[in-house]
Amino acid sequence: MQTSDLHQISESCFEIPAVGLMNVPARLFADRALLEGMDEKVREQISNVARLPGIVTAAFAMPDAHWGYGFPIGGVAAFDPRQGGVISMGGIGYDISCGVRALRTGLPEEEVRPRLEEVATALFERVPAGIGSEGKIRLDRRGLDEVLLGGARWAVEQGYGEPGELEFVEERGRMEGADTGAVSDTAKSRGLNQIGTLGSGNHYLEVQVVDQVHDADAASAFGIAAGEVLLTLHCGSRAIGHQVATDYQRELGKAARRLGLSLPDRELVCAPIDSPEGRRYYGAMAAAVNGALANRQVIAALAARAFRSVLPEARVGILYDVSHNTCKVEEHEVDGARRRLWVHRKGATRAFGPGHPDVPAAYREVGQPVLVGGTMGTGSYVLAGTSASAGLAFASACHGAGRSMSRNEALRHWRGDRLQRELASRGILIKGHSLRGLAEEAPGAYKDIDDVARATHEAGLARRVARLRPIACVKG
Amino acid sequence: MPPGPYEVFEHGADYGVRGFGPTLEAAFENAARAMFSIAVEPLSAVRPLRRIAVEAEAPDEELLLVEWLNALLAAASLEGIVPGDCRARISDGRLAGEASGEPFDPARHRGGTEVKGATLTLLRVAREGEGYLAQCVVDV
Repeated sequence: MQTSDLHQISESCFEIPAVGLMNVPARLFADRALLEGMDEKVREQISNVARLPGIVTAAFAMPDAHWGYGFPIGGVAAFDPRQGGVISMGGIGYDISCGVRALRTGLPEEEVRPRLEEVATALFERVPAGIGSEGKIRLDRRGLDEVLLGGARWAVEQGYGEPGELEFVEERGRMEGADTGAVSDTAKSRGLNQIGTLGSGNHYLEVQVVDQVHDADAASAFGIAAGEVLLTLHCGSRAIGHQVATDYQRELGKAARRLGLSLPDRELVCAPIDSPEGRRYYGAMAAAVNGALANRQVIAALAARAFRSVLPEARVGILYDVSHNTCKVEEHEVDGARRRLWVHRKGATRAFGPGHPDVPAAYREVGQPVLVGGTMGTGSYVLAGTSASAGLAFASACHGAGRSMSRNEALRHWRGDRLQRELASRGILIKGHSLRGLAEEAPGAYKDIDDVARATHEAGLARRVARLRPIACVKG
Repeated sequence: MPPGPYEVFEHGADYGVRGFGPTLEAAFENAARAMFSIAVEPLSAVRPLRRIAVEAEAPDEELLLVEWLNALLAAASLEGIVPGDCRARISDGRLAGEASGEPFDPARHRGGTEVKGATLTLLRVAREGEGYLAQCVVDV
């Protein structure tokens, strides 16, 4: 991206001033090197977001931003319904409530390493993944409605995990406002057998070691220490979310035409929050969020059982669960006044700071854990929300490394089987359902996660707590 | 000249799919083949064991392409198959189509990257040379 005409606000925040049809400025959080590596399309897309009706303060791009559809991935925007604010499918994405959950195992690397092959095999065999995979849970329509209303709480009631875990899931495991009547029959039918499945693409289940502690107090509050092993999973709402997105791409498109909304880009299909279509989309999206929360709750329980089948002494417990493709209704202070805003985070993580009432009591002094998924060959991060983050980008931070190379280019550079051997020689065991999928997800196809975490830290969006290093990865 | 009747092209974190053909229908069919070639390779190894039928309707030809691809994704996922071939008939802005395939079998099929949805990104349906081009980005 050309940076010469950007207005530098701080070392790691650059602004595109509100010109022309932009209602607000756009702000990009990144250091100059990351910014220069970003696609020019990120600038175009985030400037288009700034043109949407009812947007508040600014449109934001996180340090891992890259070209998406409508919003860039790594895009954040908040809307006020009292100012004609909209809800946009392009601001949430196809994999609604895709997110990351991290589990502590209570074991050091030395105790896991000798049994790693067995652990990886158990995870591979017991957690359904890959294209067309189905879970063991068989639901009828009524059962699925209960999932879409109950989220992770439903899963706990079915015996997947403990009630105490719910406090460590955003929304305490269940998003309010779900409207199962707004979810199409097709979406429900597609979702019937998918609860408890990982999916494919960039979704994974990883065994990680706490490689480096940056913030000892926060790490201690989160119950992690250097050398300890974590189990981390990345997945979302599966076909329910994909179908809700597809259905409302059409429905919101119709609404925008009916209301004569002038959209800078047709991918930014949206409807006013206070319109029948806007309300239905929010209800359907919230239902899909609950589908994702239930899915991760079930997978976490399956993964914990698999891990303990090999290492029964492990005390597997949840660290936290974040969603990074959502729209949430939150209160934020804008120009000295509290306002209720619809905050879209597309490939961005909520990052509430210390003292926020929605942060679990055990972590409240240090801030919300922000789980950032990197790559299978480099690392991931645990960050924590800061006191400043609410004032910077409505308490939002990065979500991953962010791709720097297209999937096609990755396929030209790497082969799945060779990559698997290369990572094995570095002590990282890979179990994949698809060799092509492995090559697409080659670590070299992503930005440097350390750069993204550093930029996020330096921008004050979230602070680094610990770096995690992968030792085994199951890819969908 | 296009490199073949269909191709998968670069797009950031996702893939673009592009179909060419002497008719609009053929271009739509080839765009669908491009999309399913992300999920399963080679398409020729997919046996036509089960058949799905889809219908789509849209205000213009470009949105019709997105509707067609999304209808195929939904129907294939409901039937639990990956399609190896697709047919489309279009008249008066309405599309009636069908596809045949079989469940994904890791022993015989390569690929295995699930497509989540067809998007409006780089969406283009147009006459090109003697025929038609139909393309869009799909989310994976």
